[in-house]
Amino acid sequence: MRGTWIAWMLTVGVIAAVAIPFVRSPVPLTEAAGPWRLAFARFRANRSARLALVAVIAFYIIAALAPFLAPHAPNAQPDIIALSGRPPSDTHLLGTDLYSRDVFSRILYGARVSLSIGLLAVLLSVTVGTLYGAIAGFVGGATDMVMMRTIDALLSVPRILLLIAVTAMWGRLSIGVLILLIGLTGWFGVSRIVRAEVMAMSTREFVVSARALGATGIRVLVRHVLPNVLSPVIVAATLGIGNVIILETGLSYLGLGVQPPQASWGSIIRDGSEQVAAQWWISLFPGLAIVMTVMAFNAVGDGLRDALGPR
Amino acid sequence: MSTAPLLSIRDLRTYFYTSAGIARAVDGVSFDIARGETLGLVGESGCGKSVTGFSILRLIQPPGRIESGSRVELEGSDLLSLDEEPIRRIRGNRVSLIFQEPMTALNPVFTVGDQIAEVPRIHAGMSRRQAWERAVEMLTLVGIPDPAQRAHEYPHQLSGGMRQRVLIAMALAMNPALVIADEPTTALDVTIQAQILELLGDLQRRLGTSILLITHDLGVIAEMASRVIVMYAGEVVEEAPVRALFATAHHPYTEGLLAAMPRVGQSRDRLTVIPGTVPPPTAWPAGCRFHDRCPYAWDRCVREHPPLYSIDARHTSRCHLAVEPERRAHPHPPLVTAEARA
Repeated sequence: MRGTWIAWMLTVGVIAAVAIPFVRSPVPLTEAAGPWRLAFARFRANRSARLALVAVIAFYIIAALAPFLAPHAPNAQPDIIALSGRPPSDTHLLGTDLYSRDVFSRILYGARVSLSIGLLAVLLSVTVGTLYGAIAGFVGGATDMVMMRTIDALLSVPRILLLIAVTAMWGRLSIGVLILLIGLTGWFGVSRIVRAEVMAMSTREFVVSARALGATGIRVLVRHVLPNVLSPVIVAATLGIGNVIILETGLSYLGLGVQPPQASWGSIIRDGSEQVAAQWWISLFPGLAIVMTVMAFNAVGDGLRDALGPR
Repeated sequence: MSTAPLLSIRDLRTYFYTSAGIARAVDGVSFDIARGETLGLVGESGCGKSVTGFSILRLIQPPGRIESGSRVELEGSDLLSLDEEPIRRIRGNRVSLIFQEPMTALNPVFTVGDQIAEVPRIHAGMSRRQAWERAVEMLTLVGIPDPAQRAHEYPHQLSGGMRQRVLIAMALAMNPALVIADEPTTALDVTIQAQILELLGDLQRRLGTSILLITHDLGVIAEMASRVIVMYAGEVVEEAPVRALFATAHHPYTEGLLAAMPRVGQSRDRLTVIPGTVPPPTAWPAGCRFHDRCPYAWDRCVREHPPLYSIDARHTSRCHLAVEPERRAHPHPPLVTAEARA
């Protein structure tokens, strides 16, 4: 127990050390900075976005250090009779579930699953979506037509149905496969945004100018078009993480995502769903974790939108 | 001009295939540019000047197309028949373009030094460090104070005149044989305009570059060009040495442009204008394309498309007045104003 306390103290220290540069009052905007630095300064001038970013960073640090911070093993069932469904207490901060497992520890471990799936699946879908959209928008013509009609066809299948069908067929899924599935079904929106931005950017004078100076197509795309379409992609990605976390918890709640006994926020809620009235703590706290995390991501996304918006 | 021209354009036709019909933006343009010469290309908006400039470097995007039969020869080789790779090596290297809008022609996310350095990195395969040195050298050449420091700045930190100097530095970084300057001073304050023109002229004398100066401003032409081509409705309507053009303009359109120039010391209640506007390029008028706006037009102008008549050895004009000069004595309100009254 004492080890856990020390670990928490250290973690708070680490979070503070990482977060202080963000929370400290914003530096005045200087003209002598690149557009990315200016955007960062604008972001820091926004109090709620700043705090939300600190929260997000804190969540990731806590999730990463979960093995040191959790007071109990997440899947341990110390006494399935005497300790089943106990309310919050000194030894079990957020109570225990029906199998006598410590809810707090399971939420900490569940954070690792939910947060990493959120981040990695979005990274995957943003990468694929940006590449696809950039190629469609930059090449244009018939290529663009075929690529976009393909997306229309894929978009006509509801994502959740597709995921349910695939996961049901697959049976037991590893987290890697889950990330792959969620990532590969989530890039259509991003690719549409990127395509539209690339097309708009391609007629801008500095892009025509780059071509007139003899830059190759690839160079024009990578150096002159893409850096200028990144802003909406970054915003969409940040907001997308919140969505993916909800999607993953939804799937796990349905028993299709992360497989028991591994903890995920969705599966913990499911464990408590039949006794919500009597043993409310089992479902409530993972629910709060989801709400806080998604709100933090959305606030960061809104802050980024405001900071990156004015060119 | 006894030596072969640097650039020779023959029957250049650039059409845009739009839903409103075929826009014949450039429709049979021919001219030469000699080494070290500044050739002015004048006309109102929409007459095909810029499209001509962009066609030389094959920067026309669909739905635009350069029609077959057009020829653009640089030092004897036809640019229009080159593959994509060789034409890319010419862009920014042998022939470069200076854009109209210094505010938007620079990439906002890179420093200006970075953007100038990109040109020698593309064409001369210079290392990052060499290219950066070249960029600073170019900034010095275009008269930017404290160039080593300025190279690290972003476009938004520079004034319009400074940015135009940066664009000139980019265009001249490979010491090209020809610079196409598309309205290089239009977006600038008058005082800055004069500085930029002076810089261009000075660099041209030092580097021996030819300039194709595209502008609607005859004042700029008078200051910079040695020879002038007047374009109207996708065609060359008059070509003359600059002095001859200002002294004895032949084509009524040129006359109109000159009359529309405000002059100091000439008090007028209203500015003279050419009545009407350039017709849409999808429907150039039959006969002479200027006939509906021309104060001298007669039935022949409606029927017969005029060829380029020789006025003297170095002066041509696409106007039937060349063969029926007595018609000039009887101006009348042009068709467009008559129609407007009716």
